[in-house]
Amino acid sequence: MADHSLTNKGLSNHGHAETLALRVQFDTAEQQKDASQLGMWIFLVTEIMFFGGMFACYTVYRNWYPEVFAIASSSLNAVLGAINTGVLLLSSFTMVMAVRAGQLGQQKAIIIFLILTLLFGGVFLGVKAVEWKEKFDEHHIPGQAEFHVEGLKASEQGHAQLFFSLYFAMTGLHALHMVIGAGILLVLIMAARKGTYSAAYYTPVDVAGLYWHFVDVIWIFLFPLLYLIDRHMVK
Amino acid sequence: MSDHNEQTHIDSVGTYVKILVALLFLTGLTTAVAYVNLGALSTVVALSIACLKMLLVALFFMHVRHSTQLTKLVVVGGLLWLMILLLLTMSDFVTRGMIGVPGK
Repeated sequence: MADHSLTNKGLSNHGHAETLALRVQFDTAEQQKDASQLGMWIFLVTEIMFFGGMFACYTVYRNWYPEVFAIASSSLNAVLGAINTGVLLLSSFTMVMAVRAGQLGQQKAIIIFLILTLLFGGVFLGVKAVEWKEKFDEHHIPGQAEFHVEGLKASEQGHAQLFFSLYFAMTGLHALHMVIGAGILLVLIMAARKGTYSAAYYTPVDVAGLYWHFVDVIWIFLFPLLYLIDRHMVK
Repeated sequence: MSDHNEQTHIDSVGTYVKILVALLFLTGLTTAVAYVNLGALSTVVALSIACLKMLLVALFFMHVRHSTQLTKLVVVGGLLWLMILLLLTMSDFVTRGMIGVPGK
């Protein structure tokens, strides 16, 4: 400890008491916040590439079997999908409101908006579970012995399996991110209840918000690409 | 990076509400337009709406508007790499069969 303060004095005006809002390796709170945000964005870029591989795979196969993808896509419940998109957008709104409450140092509002975000996230996952259950009942699970998509020739069933493999892999990976996001929200809510966050320090809320919105953006692309392929073709 | 020492920019609740309404409207629009026969354009329209929604979320909800230049560079760089992944992959798959292979 003694060494520590000496070092700080040696660096002249860099000396400051270490708090959550300003750790010793940063000059200003602003710099610390920018560093946290940049770090989260770097992580999100790796996530873009992670999901990007799946989007590339999707693009290749949809390009090869456009009609099969359109018919298989039409078996998904577009109304539930649209409602779920709305729910997720609402959760993004409440999340950004939690960050705003952090900026203003409104501790009660942070907790309320985080809980609302968690609730909307839960509704999204619940609807998703209902949709997946529907697919099981309709025998649209790739690998199922009785796999069959109505309106397709026997020779095209394999291509429909490709569509549903991509559907489950992409929505599944997205849902996994939602579950992780819900875990992060729980931790934040518990910390917020202890009064950890203030206008001077709300970086965890801010950075978790970036993650939550990113997962929302992924869904913004998944919804039209999976649910809405040439709906007009199938009456 | 430089001039990012001003106070944290706090958007009004009204701004966020407007963005939310716009996002919900675009969700309805993209769903409705999927039932209209636009031919090859339907994918373009669907992706354009999705990109617009992404921009709204990134610029307003994710505060990219007020981020440092370095963060903006990272965001744009990430999208650039995604484009390299998609475009180079598709440049192979789309052009296969355009030129006949001798002996095949």
